[in-house]
Amino acid sequence: MEFINQPTAPEEEIPWRLPSTRKAGMICLIITESALFSIFVVAFIFYMGKSQNGPYPSQILEAPWLASAALIGSSFTIMAAEYFLKRNNRAMFNVWWIITVLLGAYFLGFTAYEWHDLIYEKHLTISTNIFGATFYSLVGLHASHVIIGLVLLTIVTITSLRNKLDHAHHEHVEMISWYWHFVDWVWVIVFTLVYILSPRYGIQLPPV
Amino acid sequence: MAHGSTALSKEYIEVAPSSPGQEKGSLTRIVQKMVFTVDHKVLGLMYIGSGLFFFVIAGIMAALIRIQLAVPNNHFLEPDVFNRFFTMHGTAMVFIVGMPIIFGFANYLVPIMIGARDMAYPRMNAFGFWMFFFSGFLLYASYFAGPGLYNAGSAPDVGWFAYSPLTSRAFSRGHSSDYWTLALFSGGIGSIATAINLIVTTVSLRCKGMTLGRMPLFVWTFLVVAFLVIIAMPPLAACQIMLLLDRYLGAAFFDTQNGGSAILWQHFFWIFGHPEVYILILPGFAIMNEIVPVFSRKPIFGYPIMVAANLMIAFISLGVWAHHMFTVGMSSVGNAFFAITTMLVAVPTGIKIFNWLGTMHGGKIRLELPMLFCIMFLFQFLIAGLTGIMLAVAPFDWQLSDSYFVVAHFHYVLIGGLLFTIFAGIYYWYPKAFGRMLDNKLGHLHFWLFTIGFHVTFFPQHISGFLGMPRRYYTYDAGRGWDLWNLISTIGVLFQALGVFFFVLNLVWSYWKGRKAGDDPWDAWTLEWATTSPPPDYNFEHLPVVHSRRPLWDLKHPDDPDWKYE
Repeated sequence: MEFINQPTAPEEEIPWRLPSTRKAGMICLIITESALFSIFVVAFIFYMGKSQNGPYPSQILEAPWLASAALIGSSFTIMAAEYFLKRNNRAMFNVWWIITVLLGAYFLGFTAYEWHDLIYEKHLTISTNIFGATFYSLVGLHASHVIIGLVLLTIVTITSLRNKLDHAHHEHVEMISWYWHFVDWVWVIVFTLVYILSPRYGIQLPPV
Repeated sequence: MAHGSTALSKEYIEVAPSSPGQEKGSLTRIVQKMVFTVDHKVLGLMYIGSGLFFFVIAGIMAALIRIQLAVPNNHFLEPDVFNRFFTMHGTAMVFIVGMPIIFGFANYLVPIMIGARDMAYPRMNAFGFWMFFFSGFLLYASYFAGPGLYNAGSAPDVGWFAYSPLTSRAFSRGHSSDYWTLALFSGGIGSIATAINLIVTTVSLRCKGMTLGRMPLFVWTFLVVAFLVIIAMPPLAACQIMLLLDRYLGAAFFDTQNGGSAILWQHFFWIFGHPEVYILILPGFAIMNEIVPVFSRKPIFGYPIMVAANLMIAFISLGVWAHHMFTVGMSSVGNAFFAITTMLVAVPTGIKIFNWLGTMHGGKIRLELPMLFCIMFLFQFLIAGLTGIMLAVAPFDWQLSDSYFVVAHFHYVLIGGLLFTIFAGIYYWYPKAFGRMLDNKLGHLHFWLFTIGFHVTFFPQHISGFLGMPRRYYTYDAGRGWDLWNLISTIGVLFQALGVFFFVLNLVWSYWKGRKAGDDPWDAWTLEWATTSPPPDYNFEHLPVVHSRRPLWDLKHPDDPDWKYE
């Protein structure tokens, strides 16, 4: 049976516009990732202050204000880059985009440095105590997302430097920026929880 | 003239021979098509086909378990083999039978029902399928590779929810638990990819006029299922990651010796596990929503309420997980909360059952095979729901948790609920997928044998559960009052196995010999029946435009179209 448009159908000429598949897909991905992070966050909160032996977070953690500022700042620089891509200002786009990459790379470099310090100087590994397990898994999960984000950002950088990118790709680039915003704002939660709350409230409790 | 044209076309075929291995119907060509395809219909059939394959394997395991339990003090299976069998049976039935079959239905039908040519991300669709397929083989590969270098263990034997500390290195030697973990993890990635694809397809690819309020309830239900998948699968992935960290990097998430908590595994697993139950049963509802109206010759009763009930079920299902854990000793507040939320699920589910009854009420019911399965669903799912409410009462659950009463309950949900609707769906849509009807006689044999076998097998388990028989024990002593019920239960398996045999026979036989179906054998109303059987690769020559919830009704009844009343 061939489907035909009924001549008797009501002449409703409503404009038929549906959400873009890219945006819908990225929103779904972000929901999925949020669900993944929330379990690690819950595990971290659940185990706060339950380590049976040191080192405890209050003894070894220093809040990475500068790296955090870099990561949160990159959320704004990527918005600037997007703004210029929309107006087809390629040079300014490249400048802001590369600044974003550098800020992200700085954050990741700091994490590498921090972990090296924690493992070799302060002797906290994933198997040392329950704080180590929750700390490395949560921060590591976030760092792995930063790595994925940086790979995506770098691909865009290379594409742009080879003059293969213009404002027609605006939505592609916007999707990467959504992902990057997500990674940044997850860090706000992780930072608050790990570096602000856990050293204060994660005091070793007497064994029950 | 006709003679001449046949000769011409014959000549034409001879003039342009296919290259070797590329002849129509040749094995290489079929395999190539299956491996390289990104067509949602082929992938959907592959999902259902491989799901049925694993279904038969896991079903044979269940049959062997039942043979072991037929008489007291039986030694048909060794205890450790028994443990592996119930673990593999449960894991396989949930993750590589239930999930792929429902995704197969969604894959095949959602794009056609909303008047699209394919899924939003066809290649990601293929990726999702192959991840699932890989995970199925990874799970079964544990039988060969699970012993690992230390030659300890075999297939996983920790139960399908793998409670800690059974999965720790001390108690699960070798690699069996790792196979379980990685199989579920990779299958989960595939499920998430497919679910995202389904959501995006439904949100962004609907044909002109297909507003959310006109979408078939099948599509609506799968939209909700897909949302549940992307919210519930990541917690499973998260706890698998934690388990791997525990097993290989010495973390102590679930290790009570080092400050971890075994109960946390239970919470995390069931935060996934309970929505999973709704991920599996909502597609059953989706199929009901399509078949019941068509075979009652009435539009669905209470369309908006059905949508709302789906959303309510999905929402409530995220807050009921700890009803699996009443026996671990939660606070009375926790017990009360989870008992109440669990009972709340009965409200939207009851609404659905009444709406299906309302659809059937006063309709011209055609008792074709799909409808028979759907009617049995109503009875069986009612029993499953009632035992579910009983188990939601925490003190009642303290008595019957981990008994055969629970086994009977969830088999009434998953077989009496899901599997019956899957059968109904296969009888209903097989003509669309292959252009031929499934045989009626074989179908009736299947229906009656399976229905009788199902009840004979699982109803007595309620009673043996009441009498205190615990699940997962490989044998039991005589004279506890369990003997008779177990024997009856095992006899029922024979009927079920015969039923499944006739079903598979029917699938194969009808593919070649079945009655030609035509495009619209059931006189149905949704868009999949507007195209040919089987549909062309592009689904529709011209993308349809819809004006009501039953576009084909409008087409067949231009004098009295639905859009006048909506």
